[in-house]
Amino acid sequence: MTSSPTWDPSQPILEIEHLSISFFTRLREIPAVMDFSCKVMAGEAMGLVGESGCGKSTVALAVMRELGKTGRIVGGSIKFKGRDLTTMSAEELRHIRGSEIAMIYQEPMASLNPAMKVGAQLAEVPMLHSGMSKADAWKLARQIVADVRLPDPDRIINSYPHQLSGGQQQRIVIAMALMAKPALLILDEPTTALDVTVEAGIVDLVKELGEKYGTSMLFISHNLGLVMDVCDRICVMYSGEAVETGNVEQVFDEMRHPYTQALFRSIPLPGADKNARPLISIPGNFPLPHERPPGCNFGPRCDYFQKGRCDAAEVPMFPVPGSDRHETRCFRWAEIDWDAPPAKREVKEKAEIGRVVLKMEDLRKYYSVSGGAFGGGTKKVVKANETLSFEAHEGETLAIVGESGCGKSTFAKVLMGLETATSGSIMLFDENVQSTPIQKRNTDTVSQVQMVFQNPFDTLNPSMSVGRQIIRALEIFKYGKSDEERHQRMLELLDLVKLPRAFAERMPRQLSGGQKQRVGIARAFAGGAKVVVADEPVSALDVSVQAAVTDLLMDIQRENKTTLLFISHDLSIVRYLSDRVMVMYLGHVVEMGTTDQVFSPPYHPYTEALLSAVPIADTHVQRKRIVLEGDIPSAMNPPPGCPFQTRCRWKSQVPGNLCETEVPPVQVLEGGHQIKCHLSREILATMEPVIKIAAE
Amino acid sequence: MGLFVLRRLGVMLLTAIALTFVVFFLTNLQPNLEKLARTEGSVRMSEEAVQDWIEQNGHSGSVFLRYGQWLGVVPGWTYTDEKGDTRGRCFQIGEDPATAPRYCGLLQGNWGYSTFFKAPVLDSLGEKLAATGWLMLAVMLVMVPTSLILGVLSGMREGSVTDRTLSTFSIASTATPEYVSGVVLVALFATAATGISPLLAEWGLIEPKKTLFLASATSAMDDITFWNFALPVMTIALYGIGYIARMTRASMTEVMTQQYIRTARLKGVPFRTVVMRHALRNALIAPFTVIMLQFPWLLNGVVIVESLFNYKGFGWTLVQAASNNDIPLLLACSVVAVVVVLLTQLISDIGYVFLNPRIRLA
Ligand SMILES: Nc1ncnc2c1ncn2[C@@H]1O[C@H](COP(=O)(O)OP(=O)(O)O)[C@@H](O)[C@H]1O
Ligand code: SF4
Ligand code: SF4
Ligand SMILES: [Mg+2]
Repeated sequence: MTSSPTWDPSQPILEIEHLSISFFTRLREIPAVMDFSCKVMAGEAMGLVGESGCGKSTVALAVMRELGKTGRIVGGSIKFKGRDLTTMSAEELRHIRGSEIAMIYQEPMASLNPAMKVGAQLAEVPMLHSGMSKADAWKLARQIVADVRLPDPDRIINSYPHQLSGGQQQRIVIAMALMAKPALLILDEPTTALDVTVEAGIVDLVKELGEKYGTSMLFISHNLGLVMDVCDRICVMYSGEAVETGNVEQVFDEMRHPYTQALFRSIPLPGADKNARPLISIPGNFPLPHERPPGCNFGPRCDYFQKGRCDAAEVPMFPVPGSDRHETRCFRWAEIDWDAPPAKREVKEKAEIGRVVLKMEDLRKYYSVSGGAFGGGTKKVVKANETLSFEAHEGETLAIVGESGCGKSTFAKVLMGLETATSGSIMLFDENVQSTPIQKRNTDTVSQVQMVFQNPFDTLNPSMSVGRQIIRALEIFKYGKSDEERHQRMLELLDLVKLPRAFAERMPRQLSGGQKQRVGIARAFAGGAKVVVADEPVSALDVSVQAAVTDLLMDIQRENKTTLLFISHDLSIVRYLSDRVMVMYLGHVVEMGTTDQVFSPPYHPYTEALLSAVPIADTHVQRKRIVLEGDIPSAMNPPPGCPFQTRCRWKSQVPGNLCETEVPPVQVLEGGHQIKCHLSREILATMEPVIKIAAE
Repeated sequence: MGLFVLRRLGVMLLTAIALTFVVFFLTNLQPNLEKLARTEGSVRMSEEAVQDWIEQNGHSGSVFLRYGQWLGVVPGWTYTDEKGDTRGRCFQIGEDPATAPRYCGLLQGNWGYSTFFKAPVLDSLGEKLAATGWLMLAVMLVMVPTSLILGVLSGMREGSVTDRTLSTFSIASTATPEYVSGVVLVALFATAATGISPLLAEWGLIEPKKTLFLASATSAMDDITFWNFALPVMTIALYGIGYIARMTRASMTEVMTQQYIRTARLKGVPFRTVVMRHALRNALIAPFTVIMLQFPWLLNGVVIVESLFNYKGFGWTLVQAASNNDIPLLLACSVVAVVVVLLTQLISDIGYVFLNPRIRLA
């Protein structure tokens, strides 16, 4: 099947008109998408953004006609090359799926068959759609695998999915989608599960392949920066509706919908500052599909809401005159002064940074692991942390950044006492806690170091009310003399994390992600913790909620003078809220300094690459792209010499083969800025900034 | 791989020793020995005579030592009575104790003398095991394909009419124990007075007074035919079919909701191919283990069915050994059972590794 004869390439390749989709559960009909329209022209990349649950995936799956047993298209049409997909027979659909429309999903591991070789899964597509012979199909598979820039394609096509890394798996999923050279590619959050440097590689690849094959794309993401990198046009969704659509520059620079504006104000762009220009979170919560307000869905959270007008009737899409197909779903778009600064941005006082409360010296953590699946084989040593030394002060936020597997979480576990260090010391208030496992630490020490986890869902007991869980924590920390006292403290903690007191009675499943994370924070602060380790506390949350939760952490920190160790891979948020930053790679601290020192040159070569990989949703920012080749080496088998030498682009500037033979020393530059690299100071001084803000 | 198998074999050996010891201990409890003394000696023996008999025939002393003798790692007992005759585990009266081997247990191939068969245990057991082997083979050949097909068919479209029909059948068949289904099958197909046989006879399809299937499988000992073997095989298989089909169904429905199945569908793979190529192998990983673990369960069915159909195999032997207090035979049966159970576990572990590429041996 190639293009249908009746289709004229100047017409949209995908035209969705007034699409409504509902899920029918036993209780009720859930209208997940309402009156959604969008057009994708040939060769165009359309970005679909919005908070989770707004219906992005539902739209994508509707295009594939894959809504499951409960989902149904209840209105509108989806035209692909002029043919209506909603009325197509199963057999016709089957010919289009995979050959003309292909889809790439969020979790590469789950979308590959674990019991089939990668090559077989790839070769299946052309064998099915163009009747290619098996040998030819495998040859094509090998070629496409090379096209998606995977090393050693012959080995890869003969591997099983679990033998590949996450980034490689996602490249395979992309290769699979490209096997039949589809006209339309749907990508549903293709990089969410991946590290930034891997993500950057995948995004480059997708863009390049899109241009090479002239494929149109529907790119779903909640990351505005990514959408800017990849897409020509954007469609912002809110609660099942498109609220604003237009080309990317126009929407980013001249947004005409209050929700889009609020979204941009809630993300940490360069220039945001936790004290002078804090983020503004969107108040309230996203309405559930069956509890939408009358009139404008965004009404209850909108700063420009006007009673009697915004809640009177359904809002239609208004075209913005003099623009390139720019439309907005707001009654008041023409009246609002879009350039006015936000009204309620409160400037906060900078917290005092006090004395040293936590000190680590030459901390090492090695794990010994056995090789084989059944416990056979030789023992290997994984050096999860190599000679970590640092100090953290009272009231300070120290960020620890690095890709997954670089040892961030091990470090947190050692500090928490969930693991014992191999050597070195950890001093807390001059009390050496290094080799004391948590069971043996006294409650005082335990309550002074607390943790907020990435996934609030995993750490709350599902069968215990919120209030009960906080009281449990208070009991463990031996807080208060009586139950009444603890109950009182629990209510205060709820106030502290800005949850209504009535939430004490709720069960965890009745809370949203952001609310659960607040409970997690309340628990961590229950014992008056002096040091809080936050392990990716907001990465599972939506941007608008992220802002609120980070703000909350900052407020509590300011009040309690807590030392916050903020573990994250999201450099935007790190730049926004931390005082000092520590960059880790393969268990080594490769760079450490104040936020300004780390985010401006001279950089450690790894930091430079990391910074250049972060997508930034600002059209004025120019980024230098540094692509990191290959994957992060296995911690079981690190390279000799500098841990970063396998991917470093500066290596040639170091005389001899020092980088390959010797672990670099820590150079201390001006202002205590530390860089673990062999590069000379002269060369370091020549480094250019990765991010430039263009003059307006 | 070799190391893994070796290690598993080691663990198996220990388990086998522990299990057989338990059986040895239970069969050699004092009341059993007294009963043995009275059957071997005379029913009217006095208490003391019984105790003497037990002592003179090597049944006294530490149970560990006796177990060791039975295994063949402890020298066999000898007893010299007041007349100067010496008896022992390893030789008959009249033979010269000096020329007899010191050890004579399982390891030396001396499995004892069956009081029920009046023959060495090893000789009689071999033949019975072969008979049961044929039965098991037939059961497996019927049970495994049927149950997998049923399970896959009902699991590939959860909630469909096919699924509900097949699931009902599976549940009914596992819920019926062998002694019930055996009797029902016999009544239906192998009784001259009830079921379908009188009807068939009336229509002249079979001879009058004959039955469609035979209610006794004794003739199958010499010559297996469809008519004498079908009922015992079906009786055992029915139970297993339901069980394995349900496991397969559960595994299949789970696999069908996996994302990679969606990927396959969205590649445009036809439903049949999705099931055959993408779902099947993944769906069979769990039932495979279940099938292997089903083997020991079959032994259980074998005991009932062999007694019911009078098929003189291993299960029948076990029943006879138990009811006749034939200790050496009982012990031998338990050794066989333990080995079968442990071997199937090993096969199941190894097979799992081969089916599941995510587990590879170093
Ligand atoms: N199978 C389903 N049954 C019921 N509701 C569903 C189902 N799938 C999605 N929904 C609902 O539809 C809405 C949109 O979901 P989704 O398209 O996944 O959003 P997004 O991809 O933007 O995160 C959500 O409110 C979600 O709860
Ligand atoms: S219609 Fe009213 S409530 Fe809705 S976005 Fe516009 S101003 Fe806000
Ligand atoms: S030491 Fe060498 S390899 Fe390592 S980061 Fe510096 S220049 Fe690169
Ligand atoms: Mg989604």
